[in-house]
Amino acid sequence: MIGGAVAIRQRSIVPGFGLSVGVMLTYLGLIVIIPLCVLLLKASDAGWAKIWMELSSLRTLAAFRVSFGIAFLAAAFNAVFGFIVAWVLVRYEFFGRRLLDAMIDLPFALPTAVAGISLTQIYAGNGWLGSALAKTGIKVAFTPLGILVALVFVGVPFVVRTVQPVLQDFDRETEEAGALLGASRWNILRRVVFPPLIPAVMTGFTLAFARGIGEYGSVIFIAGNMPGYSEIVPLLIIIKLEQFDYAGATVIASLMLVASFILLLAINLLQAWTRRQQGG
Amino acid sequence: MVDHAPSLDASLSQAARRPMPLTESAGARIALIAIALGFLLLFLLLPLIVVFAEALRLGLGSYWAAIREPEALAAVRLTLLTALTVVPLNAIFGIAAAWAITKFQFAGKNLLITLVDLPFSVSPVIGGMVFVLLFGLQGVFGPWLAAHDIHIIFAIPGVIIATLFVTLPFVARELIPLMQKQGTDYEEAALMLGASGWQTLFRVTLPNIKWGLLYGVLLCNGRAIGEFGAVAVVSGHIVGLTTTMPLYIEVLYNDFNFPAAFAVASLLTLIAFATLILRAILEWRADWQLARSRLH
Repeated sequence: MIGGAVAIRQRSIVPGFGLSVGVMLTYLGLIVIIPLCVLLLKASDAGWAKIWMELSSLRTLAAFRVSFGIAFLAAAFNAVFGFIVAWVLVRYEFFGRRLLDAMIDLPFALPTAVAGISLTQIYAGNGWLGSALAKTGIKVAFTPLGILVALVFVGVPFVVRTVQPVLQDFDRETEEAGALLGASRWNILRRVVFPPLIPAVMTGFTLAFARGIGEYGSVIFIAGNMPGYSEIVPLLIIIKLEQFDYAGATVIASLMLVASFILLLAINLLQAWTRRQQGG
Repeated sequence: MVDHAPSLDASLSQAARRPMPLTESAGARIALIAIALGFLLLFLLLPLIVVFAEALRLGLGSYWAAIREPEALAAVRLTLLTALTVVPLNAIFGIAAAWAITKFQFAGKNLLITLVDLPFSVSPVIGGMVFVLLFGLQGVFGPWLAAHDIHIIFAIPGVIIATLFVTLPFVARELIPLMQKQGTDYEEAALMLGASGWQTLFRVTLPNIKWGLLYGVLLCNGRAIGEFGAVAVVSGHIVGLTTTMPLYIEVLYNDFNFPAAFAVASLLTLIAFATLILRAILEWRADWQLARSRLH
């Protein structure tokens, strides 16, 4: 008996192993593990015919295309601009830098519904920017472009906050060496500075993408939610639930869950890569 | 043939005359700062300004009237009740999880850490829907709950459980890396000097992690107050009963009552500001504590 316990865990004089692990497993079990297992079980209950019917429906396919495609574009947009913001915040001194730095986390702190109605008000046809854009023929609100704007908003902090610490710890001696050896600034950036930052940018990109495919609150107000055009997967799940199509909702949700698992795995690997780059 | 290769001396003096390109040219610097500022003003600052401008569009009088509506006050009460229930529970879970993971070596630890993180990577809508599958009328426990007249979905318990799910990782995620860094030396010393396990927790561990704990609590609280997707699935949008502040905003907005929607939104925005400011203070405290512990 004791031998078995030792194999599972090393002895420690710190007490509370049973209690803390017990509390943790009970709580995780009740709130996360059992509910998610029920979701997967219900989806498998649906049967292959229903699963196939659900996943091959044009409406579902379009929703997946909208959610994943626009989340990808928004994450790419944030990778570029987030990198520039991180660079400016770490490398340059200018008036208002600290305030700007504090503002970056706003999308984490601001409730998504607030962001949603505010962005809609800005980009609607009679809105602050929407009216000017309408004159040039660009419609943002109630189109996929509106979804892009909302997902860019929620994704801002991810790239900035993953690149910033790496850039802060960056060993500037290699840059100095490059400059001493006569390399131009662009060559130094391209060959010395950017390569070690790639894992951090990719981590931020993947975090923003993962957040984007599941995002609901900030999107539904501005999206217009036209099936097949600007309807996102989370909304489709809610619509199916409201129509008591539980089987359909669970099938789609399970697929999203699998995507989240894969992205979580990718993020963990990317973070390990980032740490290795930082250490080496 | 004349040797055109410059001597080392010449190239060094040339390098000394020419400024080393250790930063970008002034033009590039200004352009990059302008791009960053423009991006942040457009995507972060403008939405904030719009919230307050739209909230006050009809003047202060109707602003006050909008947030003193009975339904608005009921939404504020439900939001506070949710946060006050969810935050302590997730804080206790966070402490237990961090204790289990950082004080002991056992198999399956990494899997547990991943499971703790999971609610962050799952869409909040799925976080709400799993509880509909469990407790909804057609859910696993639906018939039993109906027979015993217990209401979870489309009622307050559902709102609280869905919020528990989405905010579960906050405290644990702050504490696990912090306690990992601190190790078990202090606890082992206290225990060897005869302290009990609980005494060690309350007098040694908790004082050491208090800023991290507060930080996690703050983030958990912010999310609990602002959660929308998960709660939208389970609430049923019964105005005055199961609408939290974010859901009430949705109801008002869909009724085209924009000034009132933005009035309630402005309250949530102020809470978000307060969260960000407290966060900055806690980060500053934590840095200061770290710096002081290095000096000793």
